[in-house]
Amino acid sequence: MMTGLMQTGFTDLAAAVATIPIHPTSASSIADSVDHLYYFLTAITLFFTFAIFATIFFFMVKFRRRSPDEQPADTTTHLALELTWTIVPTLITVVIFVWASSLYFENSRPPEAATEIFVVGKQWMWHIQHPEGPREINELHVPVNAPVKITMTSDDVIHDFYIPAFRVKKDAVPGRYTSLWFQATKIGTYHIFCAQYCGADHAEMIGWVYVMSPTDYAAWLSGGARNETMAQTGERLFTQLGCVTCHVADNTGRGPSLVGLYGKQEKLRNGDTKLVDEALIRQAIVTPNSIILPNYPPIMPTFQGQINEEQVLQLIAYVKSLGTEERKTNGK
Amino acid sequence: MPGQEIPAESRVNYLNASYGVKSWLLTTDHKRIALLYLGSITLMFFVGGFFAVMMRLHLIEPQGALVAPETYNKLFTMHGVIMVFFFLVPSIPATLGNFLVPMMIGARDLAFPRLNLLSWYIYIIGAAFTLYAVISGGVDTGWTFYTPYSSTFSHTSVIPTALGVFITGFSSILTGLNFVVTIHKMRAPGLTWFRLPLFIWAMYATSIIFILGTPVIAITLFLLGLERLLHIGIFDPAIGGDPILFQHMFWFYSHPAVYIMILPGMGVMSELITCFSRKRIFGYTFVAFSSLAIAIISFLVWGHHMFVTGQSIYAGLIFSVLSFLVAIPSAVKVFNWTATLYKGSISYDAPMLYALGFIGLFTMGGLTGLFLASLATDVHLSGTYFIVAHFHYIMVGGAVMAYLGGIHFWWPKITGRMYPDGWARFAALVIFVGFNLTFFPQFVLGYLGMPRRYAVYPGEFQVLNVMSSAGASILGIGYLIPLIYLLWSIRYGPIAGPNPWGAKGLEWETPSPPPTENFEEIPVVTQDAYDYANVGGSRV
Repeated sequence: MMTGLMQTGFTDLAAAVATIPIHPTSASSIADSVDHLYYFLTAITLFFTFAIFATIFFFMVKFRRRSPDEQPADTTTHLALELTWTIVPTLITVVIFVWASSLYFENSRPPEAATEIFVVGKQWMWHIQHPEGPREINELHVPVNAPVKITMTSDDVIHDFYIPAFRVKKDAVPGRYTSLWFQATKIGTYHIFCAQYCGADHAEMIGWVYVMSPTDYAAWLSGGARNETMAQTGERLFTQLGCVTCHVADNTGRGPSLVGLYGKQEKLRNGDTKLVDEALIRQAIVTPNSIILPNYPPIMPTFQGQINEEQVLQLIAYVKSLGTEERKTNGK
Repeated sequence: MPGQEIPAESRVNYLNASYGVKSWLLTTDHKRIALLYLGSITLMFFVGGFFAVMMRLHLIEPQGALVAPETYNKLFTMHGVIMVFFFLVPSIPATLGNFLVPMMIGARDLAFPRLNLLSWYIYIIGAAFTLYAVISGGVDTGWTFYTPYSSTFSHTSVIPTALGVFITGFSSILTGLNFVVTIHKMRAPGLTWFRLPLFIWAMYATSIIFILGTPVIAITLFLLGLERLLHIGIFDPAIGGDPILFQHMFWFYSHPAVYIMILPGMGVMSELITCFSRKRIFGYTFVAFSSLAIAIISFLVWGHHMFVTGQSIYAGLIFSVLSFLVAIPSAVKVFNWTATLYKGSISYDAPMLYALGFIGLFTMGGLTGLFLASLATDVHLSGTYFIVAHFHYIMVGGAVMAYLGGIHFWWPKITGRMYPDGWARFAALVIFVGFNLTFFPQFVLGYLGMPRRYAVYPGEFQVLNVMSSAGASILGIGYLIPLIYLLWSIRYGPIAGPNPWGAKGLEWETPSPPPTENFEEIPVVTQDAYDYANVGGSRV
């Protein structure tokens, strides 16, 4: 009976060892290239660790002390050797640096065609908004084989949006926008983790990415009851909050018209020229007095604390939609 | 050899020169202050270790086996704060450094003996604040105190903890100042810079970081306290601050602080490897200058902790290249230690086993740093268990291994007694095995994507977590064994004699334990360090 138990024990153990995962799922266009660099670094690490271990072990056996008063001969420094083991590792690190940095550069530029999705971290959940309207919590639905750009911020502390299967990660920092992009390559369900400690339920700030076929994704997008896009929600807010009373479209209000503003270079009263992007619009809503256009009085009140980061993103989506319309009419 | 010497008890030495609590608490003898530190940091090590054991027990189950998430968050925070600021930073400098710097350079004490005692009292006051924070409910910000969580959102004892770290910083600054002045001004006649033991070079480099780096963490924590109390708007974006600014300031100290922890260990290594292979160190100037190179470059790599914060990709490039650069002097040291063994006469005494364990673990810790200096792989690995494994290989596998090696090496000098060698070798082995079993699975966990600081985790990570926890229990036992036999040896160990290892260096030319004034006559040095080929070479 004892042997039976032991046998089961060993079989169980062997089975358990065989199931130890050692490689994460790879499900994005960049995952494999990151893994290749990882394997190369692993090979370098194993090679040097083994070489140093083997050398030390060999020396320890070969040059072990054979008598208590043994006196080895003196050696002096060997300059050529010193230079070799300074220069060779330097050259290896140059190779690694160039490889890793060029990969990072490629991976940090989102393709032009990327679909934009907005993420707001909040203790302890992920609020996700699609421009088409659907909003989700701790779940992110994306189409397979299409580039997706995630623009994110935080409502409270620093979080970090991490999808291990895609090898992407970026901090969601309160007060600013950060972004990452990926192109999922395999239909499936993958972890979202918060990778920056954010308080009590940090470990519960997790979710799932659902990578869907384009048709399933289209069905999912149109499936919700609410058909309002982010920009439409933003427009509603724009009216509700009274923005519309000053920012009149034909530029007759007390504030500047926002039509066609997005993406333009604007000269400010203090002489700076700034690109009107998401960050600048957010700044204009939260701290209006820090960016004042010439010819307009500094009378806009701050909306800090009155609207949350998701609503700010909706307002930005609305302002962006004005810009798009402008460009369209110009084109006609 | 042992036994032939005059029994330590019959001779006046620094331990029996005076008796009573007051003679210890008001001592200005660097050797007694070293022992005060030794006692204090050992206590802190086991307090910090207790938190680690609780964490590893908790993580046996994916849903958490032991405590609520809030408690788990406090466990890893207190573990980090205590181990980093109250054990690792002072470990080798405040104990072995305090004991050995004057002895190795042929001086009777440090340049400012009373300042040295003040350093210890400042350390104790800082430690008291931090331990008060533990008792008053703990703190849950992580040892990194990232804002705005620490400044605005945490409801725990952030201020007492930060105050404790702030205060303790001054003890580091004063110790660094004391060492720099002592090494410059009090070397024995003939002891030129390039005759100094490499331990002294390492202490010198460490002291520079103490003096230049510690004020920055003090300022950072001071601002954090102001932000928390008065909401002045430095770090909190809701009132116009920048939370990332905190990270820049924090890592500007805390990255060099990593070298505060490892450089002294490297110094110890150079002493151990030479003694137990009876060889001059291979490439003395390269090893010496690599310490200084590390100390200087370490101030320019802080941004590699922030590759995923949204920092500019060009800043990322610069910090990446500098991080690779700081790896080179460390590699040079490892190669030189290995080459020192060549054609040596190698013995396997306990300190040497710790030294060899250091080389193995430090090599792995250093090489896995390449994954994190590489921008593309760091994006995936940062904030995961890979980081946890990497820095434990450096700070525990490296710094603690070297610390224990140093303690075992100089223990006969400090106490006049030998410990049981068999037990000491056994402990070295247990620690090496336990350490690897604890932390190697964490590299895999990190690559799989398990984030650090998770009180609960998805089930697929359980097997590796259980392996890590099993290793931690072995490691814990490994650390308890030396505590027991070293304490035992103080009373029951055989008399060690002045130089049981046949080591070179001025400290070994004094009796064990040394007299209060260290040297009856200030020695005159005519030899290089580690002149093991020159048997019985006289100094005078």
